[in-house]
Amino acid sequence: MRFDLQIIASFVEEKSRMLDLGCGQGNLLEFLKLNKQVEGYGIEIDEDKVIAGIERGLPILRGDINEETQDYADNTFDYVILSQTLQQVYNPENIIKEMLRIGKKGIVSFPCFNHVSIKLQLLFTSKAPVTEELPYEWYDSPNIRVVTLKDFRIFCAKHKIKILKELAISSHHKETTGKIVRFFPNWLARYGIFLLSRS
Amino acid sequence: MSEYGEHDRNGISVGIVQKQFFTFAEPPEELILESGAKLGPITLAYETYGSLNERKDNVVMVFHALSGNSHAAGYYSENDEKPGWWDNMVGPGKGIDTGKYFVICSNIIGSCYGSTGPSSINPKNDRLYALDFPLFTISDIVRTQKALIDHLGIKKLLCLVGGSIGGMQAIEWAVTYPEMVESVIPIASTCKRSALSIGLSEAQRQAIMADPNWKQGNYYGQDPPEKGLALARMIGHISYLSEDSMQRKFGRRLQDNNAFKYDFSTDFEVENYLHYQGKKFVDRFDANSYLYITKASDYYDLEEQKGKGSLTKAFARTSAKYLVISFSSDWLYPTTQSKEMVRAMKKAGLDVSFCEIETDFGHDSFLLAHDQLTKLISGFINRIKHSYAGKS
Repeated sequence: MRFDLQIIASFVEEKSRMLDLGCGQGNLLEFLKLNKQVEGYGIEIDEDKVIAGIERGLPILRGDINEETQDYADNTFDYVILSQTLQQVYNPENIIKEMLRIGKKGIVSFPCFNHVSIKLQLLFTSKAPVTEELPYEWYDSPNIRVVTLKDFRIFCAKHKIKILKELAISSHHKETTGKIVRFFPNWLARYGIFLLSRS
Repeated sequence: MSEYGEHDRNGISVGIVQKQFFTFAEPPEELILESGAKLGPITLAYETYGSLNERKDNVVMVFHALSGNSHAAGYYSENDEKPGWWDNMVGPGKGIDTGKYFVICSNIIGSCYGSTGPSSINPKNDRLYALDFPLFTISDIVRTQKALIDHLGIKKLLCLVGGSIGGMQAIEWAVTYPEMVESVIPIASTCKRSALSIGLSEAQRQAIMADPNWKQGNYYGQDPPEKGLALARMIGHISYLSEDSMQRKFGRRLQDNNAFKYDFSTDFEVENYLHYQGKKFVDRFDANSYLYITKASDYYDLEEQKGKGSLTKAFARTSAKYLVISFSSDWLYPTTQSKEMVRAMKKAGLDVSFCEIETDFGHDSFLLAHDQLTKLISGFINRIKHSYAGKS
């Protein structure tokens, strides 16, 4: 399993109830079901991924995460997870608010735009940076939000969201191993993972 | 629903099956229908595939749609031309695996495939019912099926699966007998038909009733209203397809010539195809049954009938797990209607999965051999089986 998902899984308590927004084929859901007896649900827009997830025995709803969250009552879940999707969300403010309405806690992970390679690319090439985590050109990128660890902390403070835990990691895209970055995360982190709650 | 029963590509089948019958509600213990009318005795034709395990907890019920019957899978004889209507889904190793599950499919009341309907004998006067047969509802259909399940000594239903009107029965079951139902798969279904869909339904009934041979339903033993029924089927059949699938299949191709005939005989291939579908149908279906069953589906309104105006309340009566499936090109029971039930299930705090399958085959998609549909159904039932085994 992807290293960032392993970290997310470590944030989740056993036998809790969780919702994974943009769950793909349900890798995280399956891991948490097997290892932490979590009652997990997923929302995913891609038809093939939804079918693959349901086929392996996971409850998944096909739909848009912005719409699908609306039907749940407050505090339906212990955790609502948004893993590596924030950078593609049109209205992040709204989705995070919804996450913390229907869930007691939220977990958000995103590729952060502060890695040293990004800074240097911009400095020396004067072109929009392209990395393994964000491998697109400016004109074809689904990643419409450019966000750094610091940006996200400011966002949380502004919206009165409490950061319960924060980890910076340096794994590459799709890698199953990685490192937690304790020194100079603003230079060396490739992904940020935040455990959030309402304050 | 149309007819798609085709031989399995790999020759896999439940084999030879037999239609069975169960009769109950003998007078004076008739069943009181939702309308208040009494019906009895009632016979249900049914078939079973696979075997019931010792704990009797591997039961999957399959519900047929408008023109279907109890013959969901297998063959009646060695030389049978066609297998049952869902043979691509029900069988050993298939989406609904008869190696694991005991599958039951019964013919609904009002139909003409062995269950009591307008073409059955009315015990009061020993004549065929015709229009003396009482109108019934989806809820009435389900209560007769419950009698059959009781008769078979089954207390728990692992999964209920049905497309279209079959989906309505599956949902109605879960809401009426929540303690018995573990999971439900409504496919291309709805909790209430739209005005568009009721309108189409009424046009089909009027086509039958406008046929002079219909004679207020008293045509048994005489020439049946074949033209009216064929026309009803033509209208119905169009509503089961989609613009894209019809365009691809027929386009504007002409039937016999390269030029228009300039008369009212058949010019276009699509006309010929619909005539053929209509003609084929009158050989196998009873016009009065068509009137009764379409009416029952028009009446269905889960929200009003079981939720006092709230679909969420209706679903809150159940604790079943759901897999709702819709098809992108289905304009008869469109995805929006499936999503409406999903929304209510979510609000009711239920375990629900949903998938809209992208296809241009329209409403009838659920009957076609379809890998995506098979994966969804088999994966879901398998999960239910495992979680249920963990519970009991």
